[in-house]
Amino acid sequence: MFEYMKNNKALTVLGGLALTAVVATPVLAQRDPAYSAARSSGAIGEKPDGYLGFVSAPSGATKALVEDLNIKRKAAYTRKAQATNSTVEQFAFTSGCNLIMRTTPGEKYQAPDGSWQTRTSAAPIRDSRCP
Amino acid sequence: MNSSFSRGKANMRYMTIQLTDRLNNAIRHNMRSFTATGLILGVVLGLTGCVQVAAPDKPIVINLNINIKQEVVYRLDGDAKDLINEEADIF
Repeated sequence: MFEYMKNNKALTVLGGLALTAVVATPVLAQRDPAYSAARSSGAIGEKPDGYLGFVSAPSGATKALVEDLNIKRKAAYTRKAQATNSTVEQFAFTSGCNLIMRTTPGEKYQAPDGSWQTRTSAAPIRDSRCP
Repeated sequence: MNSSFSRGKANMRYMTIQLTDRLNNAIRHNMRSFTATGLILGVVLGLTGCVQVAAPDKPIVINLNINIKQEVVYRLDGDAKDLINEEADIF
């Protein structure tokens, strides 16, 4: 009986771990499908300042989606700027350099002159201060 | 010659007084010229020593873009990459 209980306890611990794994997985989730679709359709694009912008007039849903993401980005930039002793603009700009670099062919990004460009396999046009 | 008053002693005393007077006159004369020079200097300085402060005619423009320098971007690059990887859902 005692042996059984001991076993049972081990099972409970295992079960708990498994449950944690199941719960924790969505936190590591990648992009929202609607966000991915808006990116690849070219409706939205990456701006040099580190935020998302509208290439064409957005639908209500896309507008809400982008605004929500930009608010979350600003919060993340603010947190990191405090940790690195920099300003939110400086950190956002540095992130923008990286985010434009990471766009995949077909996605849109904004060049330093303000024009929207479609990413090709060639390097994107970025600000001269980008590393 | 041992009396308390003699012609020699009187003569010496007279000479001493004369020398002292001459010395005093010389000092007084010098002091006067010093004072004059000081006065003239004071007047000249008073005339030319005004500090002129003129307001700039152009408006003061602060370029906010200058806040982001290349060295800062290079310093933050690693942290920016980390953030993008950590929070992949919003980037």
